[in-house]
Amino acid sequence: MIGKDAPMLLEVRGLAAKINERAILKGIDLAVRAGEVHAIMGPNGSGKSTLARAISGHPAYEVSGGEVLFQGRKLLDMPPEERARAGIFLGFQYPVEVPGVTNSAFLRLIYNTVQGARGKDELDPLEFDDFVREKMRLLEMSPDFLDRSVNAGFSGGEKKRNEILQMALLEPRLAILDETDSGLDIDALRVVANGINKLHTADNGIVLVTHYQRLLNYIVPDYVHVMDGGRIIKTGDKTLALELESRGYDWVAREYRAANPSAQAA
Amino acid sequence: MSAVIQNLVNQPYKHGFRSEIEADLVPKGLNEDIVRIISQKKGEPEWLLEFRLKALRHWQTMTEPAWPNVKYPRIDFQDIVYYSAPKPKKQSMDEVDPELLRTFEKLGVPMNERAALAGVAVDVIFDSVSVATTYKKKLAEVGIVFCSFSEAVREHPELVKQYLGSVVPHTDNYYAALNSAVFTDGSFCYIPRGVRCPMELSTYFRINTQESGQFERTLIVAEEGSHVSYLEGCTAPKFDTNQLHAAVVELVALDNAEIKYSTVQNWYAGDESGKGGIYNFVTKRGLCKGVNSKISWTQVETGSAITWKYPSCILLGDNSIGEFYSVALTNHHQQADTGTKMVHIGRNTRSRIISKGISAGVSNNSYRGLVKIGARADGARNFSQCDSMLIGDRCGANTFPYIQAANNTAIVEHEASTSKIGEDQLFYFASRGIGTEEAVSMIINGFVRDVFIHLPMEFAVEATKLLGIKLEGSVG
Repeated sequence: MIGKDAPMLLEVRGLAAKINERAILKGIDLAVRAGEVHAIMGPNGSGKSTLARAISGHPAYEVSGGEVLFQGRKLLDMPPEERARAGIFLGFQYPVEVPGVTNSAFLRLIYNTVQGARGKDELDPLEFDDFVREKMRLLEMSPDFLDRSVNAGFSGGEKKRNEILQMALLEPRLAILDETDSGLDIDALRVVANGINKLHTADNGIVLVTHYQRLLNYIVPDYVHVMDGGRIIKTGDKTLALELESRGYDWVAREYRAANPSAQAA
Repeated sequence: MSAVIQNLVNQPYKHGFRSEIEADLVPKGLNEDIVRIISQKKGEPEWLLEFRLKALRHWQTMTEPAWPNVKYPRIDFQDIVYYSAPKPKKQSMDEVDPELLRTFEKLGVPMNERAALAGVAVDVIFDSVSVATTYKKKLAEVGIVFCSFSEAVREHPELVKQYLGSVVPHTDNYYAALNSAVFTDGSFCYIPRGVRCPMELSTYFRINTQESGQFERTLIVAEEGSHVSYLEGCTAPKFDTNQLHAAVVELVALDNAEIKYSTVQNWYAGDESGKGGIYNFVTKRGLCKGVNSKISWTQVETGSAITWKYPSCILLGDNSIGEFYSVALTNHHQQADTGTKMVHIGRNTRSRIISKGISAGVSNNSYRGLVKIGARADGARNFSQCDSMLIGDRCGANTFPYIQAANNTAIVEHEASTSKIGEDQLFYFASRGIGTEEAVSMIINGFVRDVFIHLPMEFAVEATKLLGIKLEGSVG
């Protein structure tokens, strides 16, 4: 377990967000320190993905209250590309396809852009080719990924591996992985989870958004948060995930409503 | 988000200027007298005057086509000047009006050097009449004729007479009839039997005199076993009044011959509110007359207020091949109705259509294509792919594919897709640190890649820059 003196990476305070005038997040508090793994679980529509996108700066979500600090910087004042350069990574549940753009060109562009923004050296195409192939071995990816168009015609598992490959290239301080386990068969899940574990260090934090306990068998969380109705209604350790697996979510929501009679139902 | 994208695509026209050159004008309007004046000024033989008059008389019985998916005010064809030329004609570049040379400089076409450096012979059209033709001697060594249309009429009348109107007859359509009556100049190219043209042949077109229509005529004949790659590029000065452009291009490929015709079109498109811009009503058609012949059209259409253009292939010879690769970009109030016709007549004829439409602003972009398989065309094959990309939510994209098959051994495939550069796509790039401009540029370049790989190298560079100017703002 991580000590309480590890540096703070992300502080979310009272975050409220809406889309098309509909409130989705209704006051989220979350603190992630370096070295920690947090799992955010909860039923469909509870606001998990919205939280991930709001932190990353998706323009469709209007932040209507609260604040988010990343390594002390006010994140909400920064456009999404600056957040990425500052060290936040969002692994997409549904990665976007970009026909005609080769994966190698795309990966090199994002790598060099982020490296450049951090004052580090960029790599030329040959250097990058060696570099990316090494990262691909980590995820047991075939080299022909580099010549294919970004995510176009990829299977669900290939898309998710490609997401984690990008995480490996960008070396974020905070990785928010939105349903990275969905659509993966058991072998792909193991490969992807092993990749994430290898990328996890004492300097970075990982937030896993997931429906299911099975990912957490591979990546052991320090904290498990249950979201419902746009709020975090319970926080526990890894045993909470096992309890959710056997008992479902309803009991957590009932407990929360009993303790907070004023809270709106989901 | 749409405001950001709007800023990116609202780049003003770079080639907007007008050179002050005295023009030799005939009065406005169109009748037999005007046609006779044009023919007389050009010192044409009787048979060509007859060709023009026949076309005029037929045109007078026709009405403008109403089927294209474009809207514009009625054109008053009697309010157009049908002939203008810079005067007087010069024999060498030294004698050419310095103002004209400066115009070429502004356009980045330093004739005397660029042609040699780029290995390109440039037959320059300046307001309808050829001013200079370079590298003619070098081409002549291998027997290639590459000259202005007027010169071809004087020097090679038998070839012109044989092929003029043989692919696009004067009765073909309203604008082809108009062009046949009043065309002032253009390019002629003849590749003799078995000759592989040693360089890309290139023509730069300019519209210059305000309110003068531009009616070029291009004829390319590739004899048996010959090969030629022809480049056509356009820029035009910025004017407020609409200008009519109705060119006709005819290609003839005999046995085992191949013609590759590439276009980058950047006529003035009008301003951001849709004022001004060129009406580009063009008839381009290639005839694969011989066995195993091949005609390939590649076009990058980015300009004009209205584009109405269907470069087509008539696949008459057995085993002949037709190809059409197109990128059409419309922005602001531009309208494009463009595509191709592949007419399979011979056996085992093959055609391939790759069309990429990009719509931005409040523009409207339509693909219209016909694949026709004749009864005799055993084993004919066609593959068509028509993709549309929308930028913002106020533009339109349409696809009108027509397939007529009269032979049940034919295989015709059609694929189509529509995508949108939207919030989610841009957010994906942003979440990897890539800003909007660079993301749009990369997405667009990926989208057009299947077409751009068919452009000659120097054209591909120019075309990529052109899309950049139109869509990407200050980046790169």
